[in-house]
Amino acid sequence: MNSYELMVIFTPVLSEEDFKASQKKYSDLIAELGGATIASNPWGLKSLAYPIQKKTTGIYWVLEFQGPSDINEKLKIQMLRDEQIMRHMITRLDKYAVEYNHVKRNGGFAMQDKEKQEA
Amino acid sequence: MAKNEIKYLTAIKQEKPKKKFCRFKKYGIKYVDYKDIEFLKKFINEQGKLLPRRLSGNSLKYQRKVQDAVKKARQMALLPYVTDLLK
Repeated sequence: MNSYELMVIFTPVLSEEDFKASQKKYSDLIAELGGATIASNPWGLKSLAYPIQKKTTGIYWVLEFQGPSDINEKLKIQMLRDEQIMRHMITRLDKYAVEYNHVKRNGGFAMQDKEKQEA
Repeated sequence: MAKNEIKYLTAIKQEKPKKKFCRFKKYGIKYVDYKDIEFLKKFINEQGKLLPRRLSGNSLKYQRKVQDAVKKARQMALLPYVTDLLK
């Protein structure tokens, strides 16, 4: 059961409940494929650094989940078929990354950010 | 002429080039998050290009992690591929 992190950019024309609906859809899909979602973190509307498909803003969604290694291929098929999604990326998290996300979620980084800032 | 301003013939060398260190080893940072844009911006120049190791002072292992994270951030439109404005 590896841990993965999925980041998705939806088209900005997506309404709020569509956004929620597709979040739920993919979380259920992961659960159905034998995975388990750990944390979902919708960033909402953000401006992109460069236009994608002629759009300069997108709705970001970051989801951390665990699952068997063949879950990503099925996820990818679903996402490529879904035209609401402009771009998606699944990254594998090693143990440092999982620990980093865990600490970040519990607000443990207030001090370290200052360290990074003055570094 | 201000009274206390002393004129030197040759300019005195003020700041000693500060000793570079690998911030990842020093602060024990093990994972470079590609979503943490403010932190990644320390490793790219104004054009959005990656800084070489001699400037960023990273060790090889962490320079590769930074490079990997910057490329992921660029892929997900968090960082521009090329830009000319001062970031």
